[in-house]
Amino acid sequence: MSTLEKEKELLKGLADNNKEAIEAIYRDNYNLIQNLIINNNGTEDDARDIFQEALIVLYEKSKSSSFELNCQIRTYVYSICRRLWLKKLQYAKRFESQVESLEEIVSVEEDLEVHNKLNHQYGIMRSAMGKIGEPCKSLLEAFYVHHKNMLEIATFFGYTNADNAKNQKYKCLMRLKKLFFAQYKNGN
Amino acid sequence: MDQILLLEAVERYLRGEMNEDEKKIFEEMRKSNPELDQMVVEHHFFLEEMDRYGEIKRFKANLYDTHHTLQENGAIKEVNSNATGKIAYLWNRYRRVVAVAASIAGITALVISGLTVAFSPKTPIRDIEELRRKVTYLEKKTNTQSLQINDVRKKIEPGTPIKFGGTSFLVDNKGYLVTSAHVIQDATRIFVQNNDGKDFNASIIYTDLEKDLAILRIEDEEYKSPGTIPYSISHTSTELAEPVFTLGFPKDEIVYGEGYLSAKTGMKGDTMAYQISISANPGNSGGPVLNKNGEVIGILNARQTTAEGVVFAIKSKNIHRVIVELKKKDSTQHIKLSNSTNLKGLDRVQQVKKIEDCVYMVKVVLK
Repeated sequence: MSTLEKEKELLKGLADNNKEAIEAIYRDNYNLIQNLIINNNGTEDDARDIFQEALIVLYEKSKSSSFELNCQIRTYVYSICRRLWLKKLQYAKRFESQVESLEEIVSVEEDLEVHNKLNHQYGIMRSAMGKIGEPCKSLLEAFYVHHKNMLEIATFFGYTNADNAKNQKYKCLMRLKKLFFAQYKNGN
Repeated sequence: MDQILLLEAVERYLRGEMNEDEKKIFEEMRKSNPELDQMVVEHHFFLEEMDRYGEIKRFKANLYDTHHTLQENGAIKEVNSNATGKIAYLWNRYRRVVAVAASIAGITALVISGLTVAFSPKTPIRDIEELRRKVTYLEKKTNTQSLQINDVRKKIEPGTPIKFGGTSFLVDNKGYLVTSAHVIQDATRIFVQNNDGKDFNASIIYTDLEKDLAILRIEDEEYKSPGTIPYSISHTSTELAEPVFTLGFPKDEIVYGEGYLSAKTGMKGDTMAYQISISANPGNSGGPVLNKNGEVIGILNARQTTAEGVVFAIKSKNIHRVIVELKKKDSTQHIKLSNSTNLKGLDRVQQVKKIEDCVYMVKVVLK
């Protein structure tokens, strides 16, 4: 298998949230990024956060219909991390000089803009989820995130039948939607 | 319940779970009912957001697990243990600053040492100059003249090599004086001279070189007690910035000087002494340092030659300590330190007038 085919395979796996693909990408690139961050005033925790955010950017990109990667995964991930870290340094006023390295980089500004928008919406949903409290959060996540059916949910949460669970889910959903749209409209 | 059913229908429609007939009916309803249509559009958007939220959440969980697994089997190298990691991090973060600071410090050190070598005199000098006075021939002449005037020639024969002078002051009117130990070092005979120019024989009762204190006793028939000693010897410490004054014999005449307490410790943090800002010269050694209430707070003993107006005085509580030690060694001496002052509230001229009779010049005849 050529490198190009291998990378395509990996990206397909990434789009499917496939564990092996994620592990392969992680294994190939993490140490490079960790060196980049640590050599530029960062910590191990910074490195992990930045690298994982970069993989989310790549994941979002790989899922979009117009997906196309014109460079190696390594170059792309490195470019994203570099950009993200520079921003963070500027934000924290720890910025001293350009992040130096000999690695090849590609332009990632557009992709990051898309990511920031998506990340913002993700943030709204997460904050709304945080506000509705338990058991609403777990109940809705069981249905919408983990795709459990109402019977499983009823059993797990201890409702006597699926209809009662459904009733509760409906109430929770209404509250969540209200919170979500309130913030969504404020934010835009 | 209707609303719940409706929402369920919308979700099923959006997820494509309806069969063809249901779908047709539902789409008819959407067309005829704008409210339902709006609800479908809104919920569609919401579900998309929800799906994305779910996806990212699952993806993040996967990333987290992967990170953990890889870290455990060593595929991700941990940079360091926590402790050194922190140091490496600080080092990485500040190494430029450290480098700049280190080079500035290096250059400064070189420049300063260069300047020191260039400007310092070639012969080594002592940082501390003890304030005893070399009595010059000229001074000796004056001295001799005054002795003649006062008709006490017999005490010090002309030509006696009097080398050093200092100051002492009475602490007990029986004739006990306190001075600096270095003033009377190597002395074979000691004379003390009062403010009228009269000489008296004196002997050394006790010396404590470490505290730089000595107790003398006037042993002369002509000595008459000046009455009550007007000042007291303070037990306590003095406050910073307290105004102080001194009397001494930097020349053949009593000289007044005033200043303030500038530090509670002496040379290089010596807790036995105070630092005083006052003008003092050779001959002031052993002189009393008094505060405005007429309490002796110290005994002048040295000045720093590398700085202007930096003078050190041994704290007066050391006098009390020396007296205690003396009593242990020699029970025949009964010294009762003056412990009350009658100088409070007087103006400085009056105070000095009362004190000057109790301050004596020390003259030392060396071997």
